Amino acid sequence: MSKTPAALFDKVWDSHVVRHIEDGPDVLFIDRHFIHEVTSPVAFLGLESRGLKVMFPEKTFATADHNTPTINQHLPVQDALSANQLKALESNSAKYGISHWGLGNPKNGIVHVVGPENGITLPGMTIVCGDSHTSTHGAFGAIAFGIGTSEVEMVLSSQCIMQPRPKKMRINVNGKLGKGITPKDVVLFIISRLTAAGATGYFVEFAGDVFENMSMEGRMTVCNMSIEMGARGGMIAPDETTFAYIKGREKAPKGEAWDKALAFWKSLKTEEGAFFDKEHTFSASEIEPMITYGTNPGMGIGITKRIPSAEQIGSGQASFDKSLAYMDFHEEESMLGKKVDYVFIGSCTNGRIEDFRAFASVIKGRKKADHVTAWIVPGSHIVEQQIKEEGILDILTEAGFQLRQPGCSACLAMNDDKIPAGKYAVSTSNRNFEGRQGPGARTMLASPLVAAAAAVTGFVTDPRELI
Amino acid sequence: MVHYCRTRGVIEAFRSFEREQPETKNNKPETVTTNHKQQTTNRTMAYDKFTVLKSTAVPMPIENVDTDQIIPARFLKATERKGFGDNLFRDWRFEGDGTPKKDFVLNNPIYTGKILVGGKNFGSGSSREHAAWAIYDYGFRCVVSSFFADIFKNNSLNIGILPVQVSESFLDQIFKAIEANPKTELEVNLAEQKISIVGGASESFEINGYKKHNMMNGFDDIDFLQSLKSDIQSFAVNSIY
Repeated sequence: MSKTPAALFDKVWDSHVVRHIEDGPDVLFIDRHFIHEVTSPVAFLGLESRGLKVMFPEKTFATADHNTPTINQHLPVQDALSANQLKALESNSAKYGISHWGLGNPKNGIVHVVGPENGITLPGMTIVCGDSHTSTHGAFGAIAFGIGTSEVEMVLSSQCIMQPRPKKMRINVNGKLGKGITPKDVVLFIISRLTAAGATGYFVEFAGDVFENMSMEGRMTVCNMSIEMGARGGMIAPDETTFAYIKGREKAPKGEAWDKALAFWKSLKTEEGAFFDKEHTFSASEIEPMITYGTNPGMGIGITKRIPSAEQIGSGQASFDKSLAYMDFHEEESMLGKKVDYVFIGSCTNGRIEDFRAFASVIKGRKKADHVTAWIVPGSHIVEQQIKEEGILDILTEAGFQLRQPGCSACLAMNDDKIPAGKYAVSTSNRNFEGRQGPGARTMLASPLVAAAAAVTGFVTDPRELI
Repeated sequence: MVHYCRTRGVIEAFRSFEREQPETKNNKPETVTTNHKQQTTNRTMAYDKFTVLKSTAVPMPIENVDTDQIIPARFLKATERKGFGDNLFRDWRFEGDGTPKKDFVLNNPIYTGKILVGGKNFGSGSSREHAAWAIYDYGFRCVVSSFFADIFKNNSLNIGILPVQVSESFLDQIFKAIEANPKTELEVNLAEQKISIVGGASESFEINGYKKHNMMNGFDDIDFLQSLKSDIQSFAVNSIY
């Protein structure tokens, strides 16, 4: 029995099971817990009403991101409800001894950007947060997933949650990506093939040389969007790229602890012959720059392709028609040349330094299209600083763009960054749901390169023509 | 303990690399299977018990109903759990100025009841428990669909909404029965794990024994985990992180 080859997922999951519940879920120990201002206040109220304490405050990290303004962060937050949530996060963190990176703190930023960049996220961990894009941290070979507020309360009070063991899926992508094809295109391509519910009930491992050759930023983009195919989470085995990224980061192990950690991390690989409930294999050569045309992330196509029919993508006709009607798009139309009103670059999906480098590579020497409003939002203050230090800010300014301050911003439009009704936005974020970026807003998801091409031409444009 | 044996080497590596950790060989945790029913003392009700629900139902035959539709992000700003039902399906239900949209099912007085019947892949998207709170606060106790997103399903079970997954053909029968007669009642029997169209067909549904026991008693996981605290404590001592 001990010879049964284990998958990376099994190794991490099994080493965190405190108890198996007969005919029920596993009690899973959680190594790192991130909280933010929107999904935590009710959990803290729950603790209070039950008279419970936070069991391990040092394992929870708080950052304000969902509801924060992206301009004038030095001024008091105007919206009273938002200000109240930010205050609740601060006071709850202080009360229970939780590290808190609030607005204005130099470490502040989007939770899934600041965790990795400060070395809080490490291979082999279990990581949860009251946010579905917690799957991002799977890029380090961690089991990371989003939870609800009741589960936030469980983790605060017992450092555990109760989870049914998901099934396992492996998605292999092999070959070499063409010019202008980014990790965002890879994941949008996969979701378009699997559909928005194609991995529901599964935990995904991404494997193959496309991921092996990908940077950590790229792997985070891919794992981030695992949830958009319905997966509980996605993960990639840690390797030299992972270790090089972690080394030297503030909270990463140092000295002798580093050597020991490294030895452990190197064991975190799927063994030959390990069982997967489902496996998909794609070739890198099939992938071109992607863009979505509908109202779920599975409704994506190669940028040179035409909008398909409901039948071609296996969708119900009524839901498909509702989706296209919302977008005011039609079957058989080409996406190229569609007018773009807004461009948003940022979010936990594409708000890291490599994303801004990619964006800058296209806009350098060009000008923002007059009719386009662009929101350029770094994922954290550290990313913002990098943008300045690398001269990207100068390129942005020269081309007529303005850099905003970090936060989730127009990805979910909880703050004032809302796309107006009926307007078209090319967004590097993760969801094109109806109204996601503001009531009536029409979102086309794409990579930073496609966003840049739209920003300078004002239309959906193949970025390969500009690079 | 198949899983445990298979990865024992990793677990040992996981537990041994941190030099500063105290010696804890004596209380090294073994992965033990627990029968949850033996641990039901001192548990308090967190929501109303769910046993049998017989009610008319509200049909929403739309696929991929995501949590941004159930409750848009701009209505997540409260710091207390109350009033979310007012904004359930906000942008499908109301115009920008707050006028109800006549063609939306929740604004049609013909359809009432404590059961919401949705299309395939119900509850996809964000982890916001506010979506489940909004459905509960509006008055629904059960959501029926042919497929649920994982996080939504967990959130629902944690607050006392029963997600009932049925086959596509049975879902279709339910929609047709309600279309033919909006007064059609559904009966959901949790003990028997059975859903019926009253006076018509029925189907069984799955739920694990632990969650079923919780739902039938109004229990949540938080106090159950409190009962495991000493085990969790010794597990933590051995953890490297």
